[in-house]
Amino acid sequence: MAEDKRLMKGNEAIGEAAVRAGCRAYFGYPITPQNELTAYMAKNMLDKKRTFIQAESEVSAINMVYGAAATGARTMTSSSSPGLSLKQEGISYACGADLPLVIVNVQRSGPGLGGISPGQSDYFQSTRGGGHGDYYHLVLAPKSVQEAADLTYEAFDLADRWRMPVMILADGLIGQMMEGVVLPPARDLAALPRKPWAVGRQADSHRPINHVTSINLVPDELEAANRKRFARYDEIKQAEVRFEEVNTEKAELVFVAYGTSSRVCLGALEMAKKAGVELGLFRPISLWPFPEKRVAELAAKGKKFLAVEMSMGQMVEDVRLAANGKTEVGFYGRCGGNIPSEEEVFAEAMRLVGTKSGK
Amino acid sequence: MELAYGHPKSLKPIQTKYCPGCGHGVIHRLVAEVVDEMGLQERSIILNPVGCAIWADLYFDFDSVQPAHGRTPAAATGIKRMLPDHLVICYQGDGDLAAIGTAEAVHAANRGEKFTTIFVNNAIYGMTGGQMAPTTLVGQKATTAPYGRDPIEAGMGYPIRVCELLATLGGTKYLARGSVDTAVNVRKTKQYIKKAFEAQMRGEGFSMVEVLSPCPTNWQMSPPEAAEWVGQSMAAFYPLGEIKNTLEEAKR
Amino acid sequence: MTEKTFMAGFGGQGVISLGQLWVYCAMKEGLEVTFFPFYGAEKRGGVARASVIVSSGEIASPLVTRPDSSVVMNPDSLPLCEEIAKEGGVMLVNSSLVKSGGARKDLKLVMVACNDIAEKIGDVKIANMVMMGALSKVTGAVKLDKLEAVLKTFFPESKHRFIPMNMQAIEAGRAAV
Repeated sequence: MAEDKRLMKGNEAIGEAAVRAGCRAYFGYPITPQNELTAYMAKNMLDKKRTFIQAESEVSAINMVYGAAATGARTMTSSSSPGLSLKQEGISYACGADLPLVIVNVQRSGPGLGGISPGQSDYFQSTRGGGHGDYYHLVLAPKSVQEAADLTYEAFDLADRWRMPVMILADGLIGQMMEGVVLPPARDLAALPRKPWAVGRQADSHRPINHVTSINLVPDELEAANRKRFARYDEIKQAEVRFEEVNTEKAELVFVAYGTSSRVCLGALEMAKKAGVELGLFRPISLWPFPEKRVAELAAKGKKFLAVEMSMGQMVEDVRLAANGKTEVGFYGRCGGNIPSEEEVFAEAMRLVGTKSGK
Repeated sequence: MELAYGHPKSLKPIQTKYCPGCGHGVIHRLVAEVVDEMGLQERSIILNPVGCAIWADLYFDFDSVQPAHGRTPAAATGIKRMLPDHLVICYQGDGDLAAIGTAEAVHAANRGEKFTTIFVNNAIYGMTGGQMAPTTLVGQKATTAPYGRDPIEAGMGYPIRVCELLATLGGTKYLARGSVDTAVNVRKTKQYIKKAFEAQMRGEGFSMVEVLSPCPTNWQMSPPEAAEWVGQSMAAFYPLGEIKNTLEEAKR
Repeated sequence: MTEKTFMAGFGGQGVISLGQLWVYCAMKEGLEVTFFPFYGAEKRGGVARASVIVSSGEIASPLVTRPDSSVVMNPDSLPLCEEIAKEGGVMLVNSSLVKSGGARKDLKLVMVACNDIAEKIGDVKIANMVMMGALSKVTGAVKLDKLEAVLKTFFPESKHRFIPMNMQAIEAGRAAV
């Protein structure tokens, strides 16, 4: 039976979901607006005799995660935008060594130190392989505290299944707001998947030795390894694309937005309903893999798109790639820590609908 | 009949890629011998640093993990915390430990992480071709210090004595500096490594053995000249011996 | 039913607790809720603001940009709330600190002497609870009938002796409007 609904901050719900998913080691470094998550993990990992370390830097934290993941343990780090830039080196290594781990980014506004208010300007960095080399990893974007908990919980399974880092791309609003949440049941640590490739416990099975590494100086071998990884990426694109649609059938204009921006667009949809206008929302949940097929289908049906982001326009590029010139793709963004209001988003949609229908 | 001498089980019976006269081969062997003596071959994990010793996974016959340059102690922290009953060997060079990875090394040592760092100090960057290291001696030439390391005019800083630097930290329990320039020093170095590994398996705290090691290729010397330079020039600045020993057995 | 409330004051006035308790009670009453504090770099003494929504259906944007009801706890918050308040909305003003009700004639203005009432009960710190009682009465969005149980989980055991005083403040707030 499901537990009672609890009122929790997004940051804390993510932490509790990670604990319940069987996270055995958490490593982090303080940064606003995700500090409650690190503090939650300190409190709720140490009391269970699991590993919590406040690292000396984000660079160290991701490399501690790298080490823990190499032993096959479920492990996680979290940070906010500037900290994620520091973690990119480690993420590249983890992708190169095919290590399952979970990274949470509670995005703030940038560039540079930027501000501590919510932002969505790490989309490029997150979905394009933010470090060096050819790689991608799963990126999931929650829209609510409930979804932040659910996706974090599932991220550990996905990381193990696909042997890759999984990033939860939230933002300061998702992290700081409180909503009701029903938490998933705690996993039995003894029943978590075995990882025959991991280091350690060789004495149990006398298996051949294992190496966790990303180096290969033989060009043909490294190319073959990369091609094999990209074949896995193709499988992931078949299996793990996630999105949500609201009123896309009836709508002439469809918002494309993820996370907090998608909630704002839902507000604009309600305003549209009252005004007797049909607007729709397409919400990518997996940002990598991006739901490009479905966006292409909607484009082919003649739907116009309005991408809404808390950035100067990043995800909109994926929308344009998927639409491939078949339809108009507008963009409305706020940045610097500002969240677009449903009123301004609605007004922009009305402007586009009005212009195109020649009213 | 007792076997008096043989190739360690934990070291694969293959030729290494290391240059003639390089210290890594000897140090690898010492590590492997101690692992064998402690019966830990199937419970050992070595971290291969970025640098010449990145090839360690080709030679050691036990599990290995290769992290990013300098992040070795951070990754070793993650591994050891997950596998506290394993022998975790954080093998690092002078660039890995004392330049790019100084923060990781200092903080892992200060937390008293229960792994052992084998710190190979050859006062030069080997793999990238002879650049100045944080441990390069004053006046010593390198491709990036072509007129010799000059701390004052050129602002190249001073060689770092890592054992002494770490000795002030509460988490460090055993810090020793050996050398592989003579048979006697090789034997002493092995004793230090054994003490450090045993302390690790007892869970006492951070342990490190620094090993002064020749790099004839990048020093542009013959192997005998290089060994001599270790003993005369390096050991004069980096004193050999146990720099800090606060192990339980030492207190008795 | 959806009630969007914007709450504003200065740090230490209990604006954040007010918002949290409001949504906590609403959740216990079976409503969907969202509470978003405007977090700042300063942890004490700065500006405290929160977007608070309770609804019988799914909540769209957690950001309150056109509040049905506004809570003005200090003078600085008045212009801000006046600017964003929905046409014909409700504005509850802590009249102990805010002497004027502002210029908007379309708003339903409710003046509550929160600090004075709280001090009379015994502690100015419960001015926020006086306001919550008033908010409940005026909007009817959250009944607060589960507040006592909520306070037992919200406060640590050592503070449970203050619960009766808090409940008294709620009643006084209701009675004041």
